[in-house]
Amino acid sequence: MSKRFKSILTPIIAVLLGIIVGTIIMLVSGYNPVAAFTALWNGAFGEVYYLGEVVRQFTPYILAGLAVAFAFRVGLFNIGVEGQFLVGWLAAVWVGVAFDLPRVIHLPLAILAAIVAGALWAFIPGLLKARFRVHEVIVTIMMNYVALHVSNYLIRNVITNHGDNSGPIHKSATLRSPWLESITDYSRLHWGILLAIISCFIMWFLLERTTRGFELRSVGFNQHAAQYAGMNVNKNIILSMVISGAFAGLAGAMEGLGTFEYAAVKGGFSGVGFDGIAVALLGGNTALGVFFSAILFGVLKVGALNMPLEAGVPNELVDIIIALIVFFVASSYFIRVFLDRISKKEVK
Amino acid sequence: MEYVIEMLNIRKEFNGFVANDNITLQLKKGEIHALLGENGAGKSTLMNVLFGLYQPEQGEIRVKGKPVNISNPNIANDLGIGMVHQHFMLVDTFTVTENIILGREITSAGKIDIKKAEQQVREISERYGLAVDPQAKISDISVGMQQRVEILKTLYRGAEILIFDEPSAVLTPQEIKELIQIMKTLIKEGKSIILITHKLKEIMEVSDRCTVIRKGKGIGTVNVSETNPNELASLMVGREVVFKTDKKEGTPKQEVLEIKDLVVKDPRGVTVVNGLNLTVRAGEIVGIAGVDGNGQSEFIEAITGLRKAESGSVKLNGKELVNHTPRQITDSGVAHIPQDRHKHGLVLNFPIGENMVLQTYNKRPFSKNGILNFSEIYKKAKTLISEFDVRTPSEYTLARALSGGNQQKAIIGREIDRNPDLLIAAQPTRGLDVGAIEFIHKRLIEQRDHGKGVLLVSFELDEIMNVSDRIAVIYEGRIVAIVNPKETTEQELGLLMAGSNRKEAGEQSHV
Repeated sequence: MSKRFKSILTPIIAVLLGIIVGTIIMLVSGYNPVAAFTALWNGAFGEVYYLGEVVRQFTPYILAGLAVAFAFRVGLFNIGVEGQFLVGWLAAVWVGVAFDLPRVIHLPLAILAAIVAGALWAFIPGLLKARFRVHEVIVTIMMNYVALHVSNYLIRNVITNHGDNSGPIHKSATLRSPWLESITDYSRLHWGILLAIISCFIMWFLLERTTRGFELRSVGFNQHAAQYAGMNVNKNIILSMVISGAFAGLAGAMEGLGTFEYAAVKGGFSGVGFDGIAVALLGGNTALGVFFSAILFGVLKVGALNMPLEAGVPNELVDIIIALIVFFVASSYFIRVFLDRISKKEVK
Repeated sequence: MEYVIEMLNIRKEFNGFVANDNITLQLKKGEIHALLGENGAGKSTLMNVLFGLYQPEQGEIRVKGKPVNISNPNIANDLGIGMVHQHFMLVDTFTVTENIILGREITSAGKIDIKKAEQQVREISERYGLAVDPQAKISDISVGMQQRVEILKTLYRGAEILIFDEPSAVLTPQEIKELIQIMKTLIKEGKSIILITHKLKEIMEVSDRCTVIRKGKGIGTVNVSETNPNELASLMVGREVVFKTDKKEGTPKQEVLEIKDLVVKDPRGVTVVNGLNLTVRAGEIVGIAGVDGNGQSEFIEAITGLRKAESGSVKLNGKELVNHTPRQITDSGVAHIPQDRHKHGLVLNFPIGENMVLQTYNKRPFSKNGILNFSEIYKKAKTLISEFDVRTPSEYTLARALSGGNQQKAIIGREIDRNPDLLIAAQPTRGLDVGAIEFIHKRLIEQRDHGKGVLLVSFELDEIMNVSDRIAVIYEGRIVAIVNPKETTEQELGLLMAGSNRKEAGEQSHV
């Protein structure tokens, strides 16, 4: 068994194990697993509308996953994707409502605002890490809360006068397209998916093909050797957080300019940033892996909505199945040991 | 004659690769038996067979004349075989006693009886002359002490036969002397020892007999009293080995490196390099001799830009370089073979090919406009790999998978290929076998003959005496004497390194 084949097989087995254990849980709690999984399937692929919603759902997942994966490849844990996502969302919507410009300028400007906002939000933990060796996990977690409450404050007091919703963005800043909506039976599918795919390519190219990526990977694997080789370790730490945050901010633009076209006061986190951690983990922190695992998460999330309707299964159970899959991926070590054992037997 | 261990005609294969082929090793009771071989010759495989980690395809193992089947390490333990690993298997945050009893705890009513355990540890350590403090934490004691704990661990488990895997690799010269004393005491107490090493001097000093293996094959067993280091080396390598590296008289020219009043502090803020002055000329090798911990590491780190210098001047070809970045220093023509190849020298998770361009990835032809050119990178890697005899399955193999000697050759190839004016080599041969050492010494001398300046730091006096054109003795962060290797002796150097001649040397330099 080749190494590559194993690294593909491992998440697949993890997913299967998650489904098997999910089945057992459904059986124990008295639901029909066949009906439930059929409902899940129909809810994701049954109609073209659902298909459009699946794509819409996994678009921000791709970007949030890339954000986590990018930082991870450079040896950093960006737990603050959620916060960077929220400030990106707000920045995009703000530009969307505050200006009235031709679409060719307005839309790119709003997207750029989201990228810059996410990047700046991640710059702070990057700087603290590089300068004072403050651990980025603590800073990014705290920055999530700051992002949540600051953006709520801005929506209430700056963008609106004590309102709880920014109001819709100008049509010139939207990512939505009547054509995409019409071919998917009026789902909320928008052009963001193209940006997400381009981002996957950018991440791969940046890390694997450029001198900058070579430095980032070197710093990620061995800071001492990177320093010895004349690379600026601190600069690369800050840069990788900034790039990671840029991906997260762009994910926010997907919601702000695509799915919702507004920003509202939130009682809690959206969860997209945290799901991004799971997406990155399942995707093995590579661009292509993140792409596929985001699709899986999108399918599960959207398909789950159909489970209570069609099979009477509470969608909390779907969250449990997703959690189980992540659990099995995180413990993929034993799957790998198992595969190693099989391949050893083959040799004999 | 009674043998405690006999390994007869052992053969071990891994997927068609023969690691051990017909090797016989017979250990007499009460002897120190050396197992000699190059890096990768199959010494570790053979010992892992004895220790029950591998099963041999052919051959027989007898313990005290009885054939045994050692299918796992527990059986080896029960048979009284204990291993002192090269990389210590200790829990840093535990005490000496806790580490020794780990897995064999003495309990009373479910509680570890630490008093009783400490008492036992004390008894064993007194009996074998292994002075340790049973209550000290592992993280607080020296490497030499940690090794004693490893030895005590095997003795506590009732080992009669001790396997020492490269025990002196991590020790200072003083600690090596103590270790040799310990081994002699163990023999007196009736233990038998297998000593895995490639240091010929140690074999000559302590061993009774020596079994040599080369490329997986058993070459034979010799009585150490009837042989000499030259014969052992040629048995091991399979050809004549030149110890005294051949070199013609050097022709030093202009000054390449000029260091004045350099002061460097260590991370705790202690001044460890204290007004150091030194010059290296083109076409000469200057060796820095000194006991570990006299500021050598910080000195090298400061002149290569890895550590900040408090004050002083470091000039390369007349250009001031002190406190410049590593990149600026590298680009000015300094190459650096770092002391710790895993920490600084390589990105172990990169292919060896990408490690070959660790400093030059941003220059043509390896990249253009920030885009890497992998075909050029691997073309360069391929040439360096063949030119410097780096044994690796391919240039795409991860650096991690290479043996230490081959990793070092890769680093040396990379550094020399950059065609530097000054080559700094910090302990370039640490942990390597004589074949690799010879290769590296030749390369250093070759650089000198090409008119480069070479600065060599080593704790091995032999190496310093052999390779250098001038020897600078470092003591407490200063160069206390400069001597000519042809006119000095190991004794004199030893005294200078211990600081005893310091006053005299100081007076001389003021005249």
